[in-house]
Amino acid sequence: MHRIVIVGGGTGGTLSANRLRKIYRPDEASITVIDENDQHVYQPGLLFVPFGMTHGEDIVRPRARQLRDGIDFLRCGVDHVDVERRCVVRADGVEMEYDVLIVATGSVLAPEETEGLTGPGWMERVFTFYDVPGATALHAALESFQGGRVVVNVVEMPIKCPVAPLEFAFLADWYFTERGIRDRVDLTYVTPLDAAFTKPVAAKHLGGMLAERHIELVTEFSTGEVDGEGGRLVSYDEREVPFDLAVVIPVHNGAGCVTRSPGLGDELGFISTDEHTLQTKVAPEIFAIGDATSLPISKAGSVTDFEGEVLVENVRRFLGDEPLDASYDGHANCFIETGFSKAMLIDFNYEVEPVPGHYPGPVGLPLMKESRFNHLGKLMFQWIYWHSLLPGRDIPGIHSEMPRRGKHLIEHDMKGAE
Amino acid sequence: MSVETIAGVTIDVNEEGFMTDPGQWSPDVAVELARREGIEPLTDRHWEVIHFMRREFEEKGTGPSVRLLAKTSGVSIKELYTLFPKGPAKLAAKIAGIPKPRGCI
Repeated sequence: MHRIVIVGGGTGGTLSANRLRKIYRPDEASITVIDENDQHVYQPGLLFVPFGMTHGEDIVRPRARQLRDGIDFLRCGVDHVDVERRCVVRADGVEMEYDVLIVATGSVLAPEETEGLTGPGWMERVFTFYDVPGATALHAALESFQGGRVVVNVVEMPIKCPVAPLEFAFLADWYFTERGIRDRVDLTYVTPLDAAFTKPVAAKHLGGMLAERHIELVTEFSTGEVDGEGGRLVSYDEREVPFDLAVVIPVHNGAGCVTRSPGLGDELGFISTDEHTLQTKVAPEIFAIGDATSLPISKAGSVTDFEGEVLVENVRRFLGDEPLDASYDGHANCFIETGFSKAMLIDFNYEVEPVPGHYPGPVGLPLMKESRFNHLGKLMFQWIYWHSLLPGRDIPGIHSEMPRRGKHLIEHDMKGAE
Repeated sequence: MSVETIAGVTIDVNEEGFMTDPGQWSPDVAVELARREGIEPLTDRHWEVIHFMRREFEEKGTGPSVRLLAKTSGVSIKELYTLFPKGPAKLAAKIAGIPKPRGCI
C-alpha cells in the first residue's frame, strides 16, 4: 500500500488528493492531507470583497468537506519535512512517513519585511486585499472614502495572481465612478516592473487601459518604505509617491514549514521543481504544485489546476516505476476584471505570451479584449472552482496543454518564429 | 536579436540589450556594458555582485531577483540600488552578460 502525504489543503493539495483518490482504491494507497486550519479560501474572490461585491464569509469553506471520501484530513501544523528520512514532522512532534510527498503549501504574505508597512496606519490607511481580514477592512475604508490619492502598490514579484493588483485599479476606477466621486480621486498604480505587466504584448495593452481610465502608472519603483503616518511610499532610489489610502501587495515567501526544512526550499522558501514533470529537484519522491514552486510562471489557480493533471499522472508513474510524463507546458489563463461588468481573458504558457484571439478555440471567449462574456465567465468560475476544479473533474474543452488554435500567433509568437 | 562589437569582440544581444550567449562575456565586455549604462568605474563591490550573478546563473539557470540577491549575496538592497541604480537585478544581469532574471513573472 502506497503512503501519499500532501502538505497543504488549498487549491493544489485538494485537487491533487481528489484526482489521486480516483486513481487509487483505498486499499491501494492511503492519501493524507495535512493543514493547520480548516478554512479553504476561494482566493480569486478576495478582489471583490473591498468593493462589496462579495463578503469574506461567502468565499471560505471547510477544507475537509472539499475532499473525496477515503482521504484523511489532519488538522495540524507541520514543523518541517525531513527529506533524508522521508517523513513529515508535525507541529505536535508526530512523524509521518511517506512514499510520495506532495508539497502544496502555497505562499505567505510577509508585510513585516517592508519597512513601515505594518507600522502606524496599517489597516487604517494602508491595506492589503490579499487576505480576508485585509480585504474586509479595506471595504470599510473604501466605503467612507470621500476623495484623495489612492495608490495600488506591488512591492516585489513574485506575487500571487500578478494581474489582481491591476484588476483592483480598474475596479477602483469603476467603483468611484459609480459613487459619483471619481473626479475627486487620483488613482496611481506603482509597480517594480518596467511596464504594467510582465509580458510585452499584454503589458502594452494593459498600460493603455490604465491610461484610458486616467490611472497614473509609476514603473521601476522598488518600495523600500511605506510611511503610513506621512502618507508616502519611498523607493530604494529615494523617489516618493504620496497617498491618502494605500493598497499594498506585500512580498511573498514560501510557507514556514518549507523554510524550516533543510534542503527543501530556496532562500525565499520556494521549491525548485522540474518545469515539465512537477517532480522537485530535491528528491524524486517529492512533488510540488502551485504557488509553492519556484517555477517561472504565474502563481495562480489556473496554473495549479493545469499542473495538477500532470503531477497526478506522474505520481502514478513514479509509484509504478514508469518514466515520467514531461508534458506540463506552463499553461496559465486568467480573467482580468476591468470594471463596468466587463473582463478580459489572457491565456499563455512558458513560451507563448498572451496574444489576441479566442479561447479555448476559434469559437470561444475573446482573448485580450474586454467583454461581458468574460465577466460572466469570471463570476461563473467560483461555481466551477468548488464543484469541478477542486473535485478533480475534467472541465469539457479545458486541458492542461495550452491550445494554439484560436490564437493570433503569427506576428506575436516570437519563440515559434525563431 | 542583433549582433554588436564591443571591447573588440562580437556579442549577440536581444531587443532589450541582454546578451544571449553568456559564453561571449568577458570582464572587458562588462566594463563597456557598464559604461553604456552610465556606471564607471566598476568598483570591487560591483564586481562582487557581477560574479555572484554569473555563479547564480550557472547553478540555477536564471539570475536572482533583487530580494534574493540581497538575501544571498550579503549586499543590502540599499547598497545594490547605489551600485546599480533603478533596477539592480536587471542591470547587474545585463552587465554580467546573463539573461534578464525570470523572477519577475
